[in-house]
Amino acid sequence: MVKKLLVALVACCAVVAVSSIARAQDETEKAIEKYRQMLKEDPWSNPGLLDADRGEGLWTTAAGPNKASLEKCDLGKGPGVVDGAFAELPRYFADANKVMDLETRLLWCIEKLQGAKREDLVKRPYPAGGQPVKDLGAIATYVASKSNGMKFAAKLDKAQEKVVVDEGQAIFFRRQGPHDFACATCHADSGKRIRLQGLPFLSEPKEAQQVVGQWPAYRVSTTQVMTMQHRMYDCYWQMRMPELEIGSDVSVALISYLIKSAEGGDIAAPGLKR
Amino acid sequence: MRSIVIAAILLAGTVSAQAQQKPAVDSAKIDAAIAAAFPTAPPEWRPRFDQDETMKVCSIHHNVPPKADADAIQAREKAKIEYPADGNLLGDWKSGERLAQSGYGLRFTDYPARNPNGGNCYACHQLTKAEVSYGTIGPSLLNYGKVRNFGAAETKAAYEKVYNAQAAYPCSNMPRFGTNKVLTIEQIKDLVALVMSPDSPVNK
Ligand code: HEC
Ligand code: HEC
Repeated sequence: MVKKLLVALVACCAVVAVSSIARAQDETEKAIEKYRQMLKEDPWSNPGLLDADRGEGLWTTAAGPNKASLEKCDLGKGPGVVDGAFAELPRYFADANKVMDLETRLLWCIEKLQGAKREDLVKRPYPAGGQPVKDLGAIATYVASKSNGMKFAAKLDKAQEKVVVDEGQAIFFRRQGPHDFACATCHADSGKRIRLQGLPFLSEPKEAQQVVGQWPAYRVSTTQVMTMQHRMYDCYWQMRMPELEIGSDVSVALISYLIKSAEGGDIAAPGLKR
Repeated sequence: MRSIVIAAILLAGTVSAQAQQKPAVDSAKIDAAIAAAFPTAPPEWRPRFDQDETMKVCSIHHNVPPKADADAIQAREKAKIEYPADGNLLGDWKSGERLAQSGYGLRFTDYPARNPNGGNCYACHQLTKAEVSYGTIGPSLLNYGKVRNFGAAETKAAYEKVYNAQAAYPCSNMPRFGTNKVLTIEQIKDLVALVMSPDSPVNK
């Protein structure tokens, strides 16, 4: 089933290259619709689940200079507890003395348990278009999928957590760069779009609840899973800013703010996106 | 245009409730976090982290500045507008249309530059009937010049809008293309021709 879908997608994206943007958007919309239908009939046909499977394998495989697996990684509910962990992230971790979102915590575990160097991990964390999500993203997809069907329930009520959420809001509204863009330029109103791409009103809980729980998501337009950290990086690219570092305080603050805004929303990861 | 400004000022008077939801954050800490979040940025990119006074005020007030701040922004941004030496504000609508279509420029994948910067107007505006892939962050500009009778004052206002959107509309979501050196005066004239000239497809 997955293979059939991928073939259909490749065909769809070949069309994209030769037709107008409007037509391409239309084809992508149709492909997404087809996907949604197939997912309804067979939830296991989501290509993002291949990456979740890969991530599960990586979680239990000894790796890095320390030849250790991630099974002792504490995602907040105790070492090795994956079920429901994503639903309670981001949170403050005393061992790191930092608030961390899922990917930032995974980076920390890979560094501390497996002995990898942070500077290597943050160098090229995202795949080129069409390439599968990298290992860290596959593990994030696996962990997120283990909170599927739950609701976002990060408490974010500790003093350290509250500060980070408030900073996330300030960063969300912070205008900078040659186009004067803030996240709010594109995501602080309802029913708007850039060209034909719909823009969720992310500072509004009702709309945030509908979309934030779908990340990491399988993106039909690039035929790969994109994580939430990668989404932030890509939106800063649109904002004419440089490359946002994975795990940076700015990325963690924004994700904390978005998840706070989406509190109570359903987790359905990996989701499906344009 | 004037009605928008008045609406904005009215709006600015009614948002004290919304303003109260904004927690006090340490803006120096935010600036430092931004400066640290993009460690691979080359030195010439670092000015992009900084905010001018207008960006600061708009950010703090979530783009709905109190009246005194709005007035100050308008005066300050208006003073930043530069005009063509010969006074002619209308360029070539055909190159304007190309600029309106193009989102190229200033992204980290755009170096070394292979094309001139675009204006990306279609990202936010409807302009011509032919182009159905348009965004809605800004109002539709279909027939923009026609409904303004192609007037001289309106042409000047359109030039000023593209050069510095905040001179007429403080904290507008529209980029300040001229002031921020995204587009040149010649390019802005081409875009003014696109919206204001009678033979442009915007007005057909
Ligand atoms: C210039 C407009 C623009 C700006 C500024 C922008 N974004 Fe986006 N954002 C988009 C577009 C367009 C999409 C949808 C992309 C797609 O469909 O491929 C998107 C998608 C998203 C999504 C996923 C939404 C969904 O449907 O699931 C999130 C979350 C997001 N952006 C957050 C941010 C944050 C945080 C910032 C600031 C760092 C930001 N964006 C700045 C245009 C923007
Ligand atoms: C990021 C979105 C965005 C982009 C890109 C953008 N605009 Fe705008 N534009 C807006 C918004 C929002 C408004 C309404 C507020 C205002 O008047 O500033 C607006 C208003 C305008 C107006 C005044 C409309 C009126 O009611 O009188 C004109 C003219 C205009 N834009 C032209 C352009 C042109 C030409 C370009 C391309 C160079 C462009 N815009 C690019 C968002 C945008």
